[in-house]
Amino acid sequence: MSDIQIKKSSTVYDAIVVGSGAGGGMAGYVLAHAGLKVLMLEAGPYFDPAKNSSQLKWPYESPRRGASTGTRNFGDFDGAFGGWDLDGEPYTTKDKTEFYWFRSRMMGGRTNHWGRISLRMGPNDFKGHHIDGLTDDWPISYDDVKPFYDKVDRMIGIYGTVENLPNEPDGIYLPPPKPRLNELYIKKGAAKAGVKVIAGRGSVLTEALPNNKDRGACFFCGQCGRSCKVYGDFSSSSCLVIPAIKTGNLKLIPNAMVREVLTDNNGLATGVSYINKDDMQEYQVNAKIVILGASAGESARLLLNSKSANHPGGLANSSGVVGKYLHDSTGSSAGGWLPQLMDRKRYNEDGVGSIHIYGPWMGDNKKLDFPRGYHIEFGGGMGMPEYGFGWGIEGMNGSVPGRDGKTKEAGGFGASLKDDYRRFYGVGFGMAGRGMAIAREDNYCEIDPNVVDKFGIPVLRFHYKWSDYEIKQAKHMQETFQSIMHEMGAIYDPMEGPETNYGLEAPGRIIHEVGTVRMGDDPKKSALNKWCQAHDCKNLFVVDASPFVQQGDKNATWTILALSMRTAEYILDQRKKLNV
Amino acid sequence: MNRRDSLKAIGFGTISATMLLDACKPHTEKLAEDTSNKAGVDEDASRLPNEIERDKKLAAEKFFDEHEMATITVLCDIIIPKDARSGSASDAKVPDFIEFIVNDMPHHKTPLRGGLRWLDLQCLNRYNKTFVDASNAQQIEMVTEIAYPKKAKPEMQQGVSFFNLMRNLTATGFFSSKMGIEDVGYVGNAPNKWTGVPADVLKQYGMEDVV
Repeated sequence: MSDIQIKKSSTVYDAIVVGSGAGGGMAGYVLAHAGLKVLMLEAGPYFDPAKNSSQLKWPYESPRRGASTGTRNFGDFDGAFGGWDLDGEPYTTKDKTEFYWFRSRMMGGRTNHWGRISLRMGPNDFKGHHIDGLTDDWPISYDDVKPFYDKVDRMIGIYGTVENLPNEPDGIYLPPPKPRLNELYIKKGAAKAGVKVIAGRGSVLTEALPNNKDRGACFFCGQCGRSCKVYGDFSSSSCLVIPAIKTGNLKLIPNAMVREVLTDNNGLATGVSYINKDDMQEYQVNAKIVILGASAGESARLLLNSKSANHPGGLANSSGVVGKYLHDSTGSSAGGWLPQLMDRKRYNEDGVGSIHIYGPWMGDNKKLDFPRGYHIEFGGGMGMPEYGFGWGIEGMNGSVPGRDGKTKEAGGFGASLKDDYRRFYGVGFGMAGRGMAIAREDNYCEIDPNVVDKFGIPVLRFHYKWSDYEIKQAKHMQETFQSIMHEMGAIYDPMEGPETNYGLEAPGRIIHEVGTVRMGDDPKKSALNKWCQAHDCKNLFVVDASPFVQQGDKNATWTILALSMRTAEYILDQRKKLNV
Repeated sequence: MNRRDSLKAIGFGTISATMLLDACKPHTEKLAEDTSNKAGVDEDASRLPNEIERDKKLAAEKFFDEHEMATITVLCDIIIPKDARSGSASDAKVPDFIEFIVNDMPHHKTPLRGGLRWLDLQCLNRYNKTFVDASNAQQIEMVTEIAYPKKAKPEMQQGVSFFNLMRNLTATGFFSSKMGIEDVGYVGNAPNKWTGVPADVLKQYGMEDVV
């Protein structure tokens, strides 16, 4: 193509925000409401859950009955545009690394389909070095972040219960959804197994959010993963970006894939360059401040690709830490079924699309062979029949008496089999551990020297290995699951063993990857200061999960929101003082 | 009572009722801020243009020939026949679903095509007829040999694997259809207020104290 040119804009925005997920969305929201002129760049299309959600569709409205596809990895109705593999946008691995990178290309990013599980990190998650010396402390403590968690709770809405647990800080809660029947069995079984189970904590409006006229309350369809047409749960699109656009101060450019951060002779950021996927032209836009919220992977990639005379190793990377300390939550799961619940009464128990109950970590590491811990997410019940329904009945219907009291031969066909599907409906349950992985310098992403994506942007290459700590943690998860299922009176398979690392998912699979542009007080060991401001470039900020020094077992989103809000307020304060 | 009022009456507020009803109207216009919303102008705003295109292409593909489709239809109805509560698998168009799904998930193609041929060869050797041409009693006799994994003869193992897959696809296709969902009694996917397990159910399972 001979008509490619770089189109330079003369407009200078107060701030450019790259990415529209939880981090970018919150920064854009705060700054636009404060009157700053903000340009937000998003690599995917505009997405408004009110218009674009598949909520309340029936399985038979999908020709594959809701099964997943290459473009809908979590099912045909899932609210993510993107997935593990994007056409023309590869990533690579080295040293036999198995790493998976989930990317949503859409306004609101991965918050459109996430589980809405909204946990605060605790005091020991921010400052854990004293426990066993294995982790680096954040430069900030829980007390520094608490006011922002509180504000996020009030602004966005979250359900839960006040429990006063040591490292599981309470928030400001709407009432939680009551447990489903299967979850009562889990609660009872867990109690016998010595596992504490409490009400879930999720960003779903189980009641109308006080002082908010733009969002409806939850109507209990259990489909948060599709994104919500009445904005009854948290998506960055519905709760942050659309309100920010409505202020008139934030302009969103969708389908804008940012190539690099531009800097001047003094090493300060002047704007970004991007390719517009609609016209395939190159653009440069300017701002006084650049804020990255592109995700832990993409923000690191952007910085490493933004090389200049002042920043030869990539922007904000004089320390060399950008890309390092990448860590995802550990994950291992199990499931079974409850013969007691066969032939159960039918009623609507869709509930909410986040967790109704969960098990916070209460373990004592002095008695264990691994550091730190994990929480357990539970679920089960009479869900919507979709692709996969009834699968494997030949492994179930031979293990319990039939209606006539006699044990049937497993498998079968005909009227008697048809009846079995009815009898077994709603007996299933599942549980999944999500644990803390130790952030390590030698788990990292870097620029692959040989590979570019279809836009010519060098891609990420991952190097990541689990250690014994994570594997032993997964083993403990499996043992705990077995004891809970035993106490429930459930039927279940034997636990995952050493041949699968006890069911430990490959890194990336839990989609909690964090830590690639970490914060710290020492510019030699960190890229950002405690305000998520680059040590090397004072008008550059990072507001996604990249700044995390060490993730707890808590899912990352609520902390991303709190930190982004904190950074945005810091930016407003620094502008008043004319520092940025 | 109109739908908006009935939504309000079951306990969720004016905002939700209004937004939900508005959201469920067909959309033809785009948001003013939306400069490139390809998703918004297509017939189904929840899907990307490449997904819509792919589904149309898949729906037009035919993998199975007439004989194979006839065999699949007989097998589906043996697995899920009509009974007092609902129709058969073919009444719920399960064979069409299986045709679509193998084009969507090509890993099912060879096990099904090969399994169908395996079945025909068994029947030709036994009855001198293909499966569809065999008598109903012969079809049931044949299926009985491969429908019970634990007691099937070792030489029937390939047939067992094939029949497991047919059983699973038939059940999934049937119970995710409108007819099957009504049969199994799933009553969700509708606005409501979740207030916990009903009292009579708590009592039935002795769970009154667990809540």
